[in-house]
Amino acid sequence: MQLHDVWFVLIAVLWTGYFFLEGFDFGIGVLTRVLARDRAERRVLINTIGPVWDGNEVWLLTAGGATFAAFPDWYATLFSGFYLPLLLILVCLIVRGVAFEYRHKRAEERWQRGWEHAIFWTSLLPAFLWGVAFANIVHGVAIDAQKNYVGGLGDLLNPYAILGGLVTLTLFTFHGAVFAALKTVGDIRVRARATAGRLGLVTAVLALVFLSWTQAHQGTGWSLAALVVAVLALLGALVANRLAREGWAFTLSGLTIVGAVAMLFLALFPDVMPSTLDPAYSLTVTNAASSPYTLKLMTVVAAVFTPLVLLYQGWTYWVFRKRIGVQHIPAAEHAPAPAVEG
Amino acid sequence: MELAVAHETIARWQFGVTTVYHFLFVPLTISLAALVAGLETAWVRTGKEKYFHATKFWGKLFLINIAMGVVTGIVQEFQFGMNWSDYSRFVGDVFGAPLAMEALIAFFFESTFIGLWIFGWDKLPKRIHCACIWMVALGTVLSAYFILAANSWMQHPVGYVVDPVTKRAQLTDIGQVLFQDTTLVVVFHTLTAAFLTGAAFMVGIASYHLWKAKRRPAEVDRRKTAAMRTSLRLGLVVAVIAGLGTAISGDTLAKVMFEQQPMKMAAAEALWDTQAPAPFSIFAVGDVNQGHNSVELEIPGILSFLAKSDFSSAVPGINDTAAAEAAKYGGRPTDYIPSIFVTYWGFRLMIGFGMTSFVAALIGLWTTRKRRFLAPEFRTGDDEPPRLMLTRSREMGPLLTRWSWRIGILTMGFPLVANSFGWIFTEMGRQPWAVFGLMTTAGAVSPNVGVPTQVLAFCTFTALYAVLAVIEVRLLAKFAKPGPDVDERPPAKDPTLRGPDADEDADKPLAFAY
Ligand code: HDD
Ligand code: HEM
Ligand code: HEM
Repeated sequence: MQLHDVWFVLIAVLWTGYFFLEGFDFGIGVLTRVLARDRAERRVLINTIGPVWDGNEVWLLTAGGATFAAFPDWYATLFSGFYLPLLLILVCLIVRGVAFEYRHKRAEERWQRGWEHAIFWTSLLPAFLWGVAFANIVHGVAIDAQKNYVGGLGDLLNPYAILGGLVTLTLFTFHGAVFAALKTVGDIRVRARATAGRLGLVTAVLALVFLSWTQAHQGTGWSLAALVVAVLALLGALVANRLAREGWAFTLSGLTIVGAVAMLFLALFPDVMPSTLDPAYSLTVTNAASSPYTLKLMTVVAAVFTPLVLLYQGWTYWVFRKRIGVQHIPAAEHAPAPAVEG
Repeated sequence: MELAVAHETIARWQFGVTTVYHFLFVPLTISLAALVAGLETAWVRTGKEKYFHATKFWGKLFLINIAMGVVTGIVQEFQFGMNWSDYSRFVGDVFGAPLAMEALIAFFFESTFIGLWIFGWDKLPKRIHCACIWMVALGTVLSAYFILAANSWMQHPVGYVVDPVTKRAQLTDIGQVLFQDTTLVVVFHTLTAAFLTGAAFMVGIASYHLWKAKRRPAEVDRRKTAAMRTSLRLGLVVAVIAGLGTAISGDTLAKVMFEQQPMKMAAAEALWDTQAPAPFSIFAVGDVNQGHNSVELEIPGILSFLAKSDFSSAVPGINDTAAAEAAKYGGRPTDYIPSIFVTYWGFRLMIGFGMTSFVAALIGLWTTRKRRFLAPEFRTGDDEPPRLMLTRSREMGPLLTRWSWRIGILTMGFPLVANSFGWIFTEMGRQPWAVFGLMTTAGAVSPNVGVPTQVLAFCTFTALYAVLAVIEVRLLAKFAKPGPDVDERPPAKDPTLRGPDADEDADKPLAFAY
């Protein structure tokens, strides 16, 4: 295996980490309108991810930065080509981050309701759009000899890509529901399990169609294996959820994401962005990669720091391991005492 | 032709607006993280409540600020690919490395430990909780370091070769990129400027509360005054040290720039013709863009000193430098002249706004000095607002006192303005280059992104940022005005690392919840 292959794997790992972690974050955001019945329950859901969502999001920044360093052409083609979907994702991530931090800072009903709607939509849209983007990456788009995307916005919204978007949306929401069942107590926990059961079935159907379509189009033996893992894990997660084994259900819904992302990257390899105009224009792990020096340098950096990150992020989850329910939500808003002079 | 110009112009405007906006939050984040960490450390070590209240108060403002810093930073990470794809292809090998290191090393630190700090008050032992905010502070400094190394490489490319086949820059020595003098000096300058910014912010808000306590002593809780008095002193001390550091590092940076980008230095002075000795222009009237300045106020010899540390050296002017660059890279000399108006005034506004805050802090530090330097009848308690003392036993008159407190409040945002102009100056002074001597800004743009798309993106970001600015400033004001919540208590018993497993607190509400 050469260094650029190692980096292909590392980039896949970073995206997998991102979808595993922010997957349930996005799911929780969607569930604030689907599962929660009132503000207290919405706050329970939001607080299950409160301490960790920001750290989860950095997986995306690292995936972006690593792509820039290891495959500059991939970074350049992807983000200039998928400009408008990415713009929409960025707007969502901006509003979403602010919404989490600012929602509870004022007591007015309008203020809180506004940010709650924002949390729902800005979780739902990226969950859908990342699927659209990845489906297009794997399937290939119109890339010319200068490595630039020359298609339009409409070309990105083809049926295959939309199906991909629906898969990530439902899969992340399912993953989020399983996470909610794992992290809450009381009535909401029971309902989270029921919701997860229903969502899981829809996800299973959509994912099976989408992954098989991918497999038929450009699959290999390895990608088939990953597909099987993903589907079995999803079924396992459904069973574990039915049996109220929440830890297992979460592990398996996570494994579903790992399997599905692995399947997509295995189907992609050795391209990183195939061209539909001419296979000779495709970006591959060799023609899009950085110099061996940079790759070696980044390998050392990644080898030292990735385990460290996993260690302290893991510790965070341990510190906040306790389940929460409506009784844990402080009644008073964390607003300061009224001004002395009124 | 017209379209090509629009293409580049919009991309530049978008980069300028989003980056300067991002950098409004960055210096406050960098400095407040460390200042809050200092205050929490004081609380952990002394157990004094005023430190606890100050930690909580500044912590809240810090969190409102960092939220915006984080979300606007996400745009930065991706817009190189979106708007500057030819740039990204050309430099990814060199430039991507520090960016990826920033994410992997610094951003994970910041974001993970900030979560622990916000939600961990009743979950972590005091000392570990305090260590978390120090980790956040370390993360902010590391993040600044890596991104400034990347930016310094654009100002002064080192440690690379251009591959003859692919025509792309290739990294050959990361050590040079991370430790070249440009990087080191810019990091020093930017960090000191950041600390001046946070300190002035602290001084401003503390002045507001102390001035109120002075005018209406009956209405203000003395515990608040105690916390604000500590904050005022901390802010003043940090502002003076950081201000001094900013001036020293700025001067060093000027000497580096004189070697590396003589055009920037000449443009900063609107020095059209090479002069020996060269004067420092304080003020110029007329069109600095026209090749001559009509009215000028200058101090002889100072520019030579700034550039070379003596009062007589020749400093190359704009015309000679432009001619030299044209001879080296081709084209007309005028192609190599940045906007003299922006660089000249940007430079002056940077120094003017920043140094005003520094001088104000210096005076403030003197007039509010410690009790033992004062005659006994002028001493005030730790929970009373200080008297402003000119000498050992002479207090300022009422008018001067009123204006002193007001100036403390009014100069609160000055360093923030200085920071923006510093960046505008340094980035525009580099034009027409994106990477100095290697790639022009015009050649860096994404060729395949159409003007309508760009306009849409630019308007979206600008509008969104404008709305968020209003929301953020209002929130800051709402939380700054009432002052510290002095009824808030630290957790009754120090939590253990095992965490709250015990049944007794099974239903206890969270100490903090979104
Ligand atoms: C890539 C590294 C990089 C970094 C770390 C920075 N810049 Fe920069 N800057 C550029 C790279 C760049 C650039 C890509 O080269 C631009 C875009 C267009 C241009 O003229 O240069 C630029 C332009 C640019 C402009 C507009 C100039 C113009 O329109 O001519 C401003 C105001 C700034 N920058 C300000 C900043 C600030 C406040 C930064 C810190 C946060 C900053 N830059 C960091
Ligand atoms: C133009 C290049 C830049 C890029 C690509 C960039 C990228 C980013 C990103 C993605 C974040 C969010 C990180 C998170 O989620 O925690 C961020 C935040 C931050 N950036 Fe930048 N940034 C740029 C310029 C700068 C500069 C020049 C500095 C410092 C001198 C800086 C200092 C910081 C700091 C301290 C934060 C912490 C969050 C905050 O500001 O509140 N950035 N940046
Ligand atoms: C509070 C904010 C700031 C203050 C008070 C400040 C002040 C100064 C001072 C006193 C100098 C020395 C001038 C000389 O000796 O010629 C200087 C130089 C410089 N500063 Fe700043 N600065 C601030 C922020 C910034 C920022 C954020 C940047 C952006 C990186 C910046 C970029 C520069 C550059 C490039 C120089 C060299 C000038 C030259 O080439 O002539 N400054 N600054």
